[in-house]
Amino acid sequence: MQKIGVFVCWCGSNIAATVDVAKVIESVKAIPDVAFASDYRYMCSEGGQDLMQNAIREHGLTRVVVCACSPRMHEATFRKAAEAAGLNPFLLEIANIREQCSWVHKDKEVGTEKAIALAKAAIAKVRFNSPLQAGQSEVVKRALVIGGGIAGIQTALDIAEAGYKVDLVEKKPSIGGRMSQLDKTFPTLDCSACILTPKMVDVAAHPNVTIYTYSEIEKVSGYVGQFEVDIRKRARSVKADLCTGCGVCQDKCPSKKTPNEFNQGLDNRSAIYITFAQAVPKVPVIDREHCLKFQTGKCGICEKVCPSKAIDYTQEDEIITQKYGAIVLATGFETIDLTKFGEYQYGKSKDVITSLEFERLTNAAGPTEGHLQRMSDGKQPKHIVFVSCVGSRDVSGRGKEYCSKICCMYTAKQAMLTREKYPDTDVTVFYIDVRTPGKGFDEFYRRAVEEYNVHYIKGQVGKILEQGDHLLVYASDALSNSHISLEADMVVLATAIQPSQDAKKLATMLTASIDNNNFFTEAHAKLRPVESPTAGVFLSGVCQGPKDVPETVSQAGAAAVKVLGILSKDTLATNPCVASCNERICSGCLACENVCPYGAIGGEEKTVINLNGKREQRVVSVVNEALCQGCGACTVACPCGAMDLNGFSNKQITAEVDAIC
Amino acid sequence: MQVNEKEQAAEIVRRSGTDISKCMQCGKCTAACPAGYKMDIQPHRVVWELINEHVDVLQKAVTPWKCLSCFACAERCPRGVSPAALIESVRLSIIRQQGENCITVEEIPAYIDEKMPQQAIVAAFRKYNK
Repeated sequence: MQKIGVFVCWCGSNIAATVDVAKVIESVKAIPDVAFASDYRYMCSEGGQDLMQNAIREHGLTRVVVCACSPRMHEATFRKAAEAAGLNPFLLEIANIREQCSWVHKDKEVGTEKAIALAKAAIAKVRFNSPLQAGQSEVVKRALVIGGGIAGIQTALDIAEAGYKVDLVEKKPSIGGRMSQLDKTFPTLDCSACILTPKMVDVAAHPNVTIYTYSEIEKVSGYVGQFEVDIRKRARSVKADLCTGCGVCQDKCPSKKTPNEFNQGLDNRSAIYITFAQAVPKVPVIDREHCLKFQTGKCGICEKVCPSKAIDYTQEDEIITQKYGAIVLATGFETIDLTKFGEYQYGKSKDVITSLEFERLTNAAGPTEGHLQRMSDGKQPKHIVFVSCVGSRDVSGRGKEYCSKICCMYTAKQAMLTREKYPDTDVTVFYIDVRTPGKGFDEFYRRAVEEYNVHYIKGQVGKILEQGDHLLVYASDALSNSHISLEADMVVLATAIQPSQDAKKLATMLTASIDNNNFFTEAHAKLRPVESPTAGVFLSGVCQGPKDVPETVSQAGAAAVKVLGILSKDTLATNPCVASCNERICSGCLACENVCPYGAIGGEEKTVINLNGKREQRVVSVVNEALCQGCGACTVACPCGAMDLNGFSNKQITAEVDAIC
Repeated sequence: MQVNEKEQAAEIVRRSGTDISKCMQCGKCTAACPAGYKMDIQPHRVVWELINEHVDVLQKAVTPWKCLSCFACAERCPRGVSPAALIESVRLSIIRQQGENCITVEEIPAYIDEKMPQQAIVAAFRKYNK
């Protein structure tokens, strides 16, 4: 017979306002095996924990049920307290009477009834709990950072500085990411490249950092402390150790008609190319799809002109397999596709551009060497219209429902810089709201209005027509209840941002979850914002949600600290709630092996004693406890009920259900 | 039956089937409207007046009679609001208040002949029946 102690928490008024706590106590006291029941205003407080520990000692409790908030909140707290009082922590169960009861009910009678039902279920389950021991698994002292933008660079640098090895994987030929494409950064207007490139050089030169550019993640297996990752290092067709980055190859390359991704397609690049002047590593790649040598077999000019004999047409993709203790996702963002926004004439008129294109257009290393000119005729625009919220806060299905967060500020920046450099250019900004929460942000926006005379109009652009050599913009001035039309030479669209296309693929590989918009979800929106729900996987930068450079850098540092928390340990306690196989009744069908998403189950030939007490040699399922994540898929798939999950056994679950029904 | 402005506004919104609480007053509807230049109350203001339960001002305006029902406003709205449907509903409220042109279910058979499209009868019934 068990001696069960039940503790019901008020959680201030969170629970007590909707659940009659006294009535719950009264009901559970009547249940056989319940030796002690008590309520307390805040069970998680020191007083509450003392109450529980004293009761365990005084009444010799063998099982404990705490009726309180979600186990995700305080299960660890209460189990630790129980352990300190000499009870195996896995002999304690939580009945969630807050999130799943008091918070969702308004009627006290209904809430109380449900709280009693949940308490009964937990009591029924805890009777069959068995003491479990957490195992240990080793930690590989190396981290992987996926994405080489400012988020990834900062995370890698912080981990490396703390003395641990880091591998930084970037899909593009150079690290630097979106920040390397920007001209200036708000609100201080420092040149983006001037503050980014030193960091790029630092990370590349750091002895603890290995950079894999032009590389992608191919496969991920394992678990926190022991991830095994295959990285596909794509063939550059250039030997990185010989190349000096002189650039003769790209100058002489005859195939120069490929849209230049770095300049957002505003100009063309050669087939062999270095992304940008400050690229790290400064080693070109051959874009085989557009290279004459690869497409026609004729050419080979780059090989002839290369003074270092670095060109190698025979290079092949390489797979690098490496083990890691923790992984950081820093995959960044891209702008959304604007084909559904026909009213703006984007893609039809060369003078309607996105904000990211405008950045390239005003950047000294851009297609116009920083001279603001129209892509159609090279003339300097005299009137520029900026449109905010293009595809942001859009629930119609054409755009994204969220606020892209950075657009208000970069639009103010672009408008201000235009007025600064070209005082004879008129600038109009159409906005829905101007959102400037941030240090020095609102002051910055007001400067654009007050000092630089940027015309801010609350309203949107409904239609743009090409008329002669200028654009006719139909818009509204919502505050003055009027319908306006004006002539512009250039229109800049503050396009919504979305997570990089690779996010979804990576989420599947890492079993990290993503939301409806493909942003990686954090383990807790407030208290665990840089952790993914998957142990050992952390988030850095825009892949988790829209953010600007300073916020990204802060989050990158936070993610690095979380990684260090793992790498600094030699071993990690494993979760003992894993699957186990009753070999006596296992038929060896291996249905479990097929459904296991972690590859934790395999068949093994063993000598087992069957149900008739006879020895026999046959195949049975064997669970690798280090790989098992305790999802329970195998227990459902098993046709003979041999598979069971420690801590959530079939017997325990059935008892819970029986107690409710 | 005399109804107050508040109830009337609620009825106009309900009948339109559009959720005005989604509106951010961005003015995209007005910017997209081909007839906006002839209106005294611009489409985004129609939504605004209904949010503030001002029906009188809308019923007296020329806007309901200038709207072409082209639905460009609804098409462009980033929030899924349809000013055109709201204006249509305001038009109905005017017609119905005049107490004219109302038909009842019993009267319908009298209107039916071979040349009358069925759709027109259904439309008339929906429009004119209280």
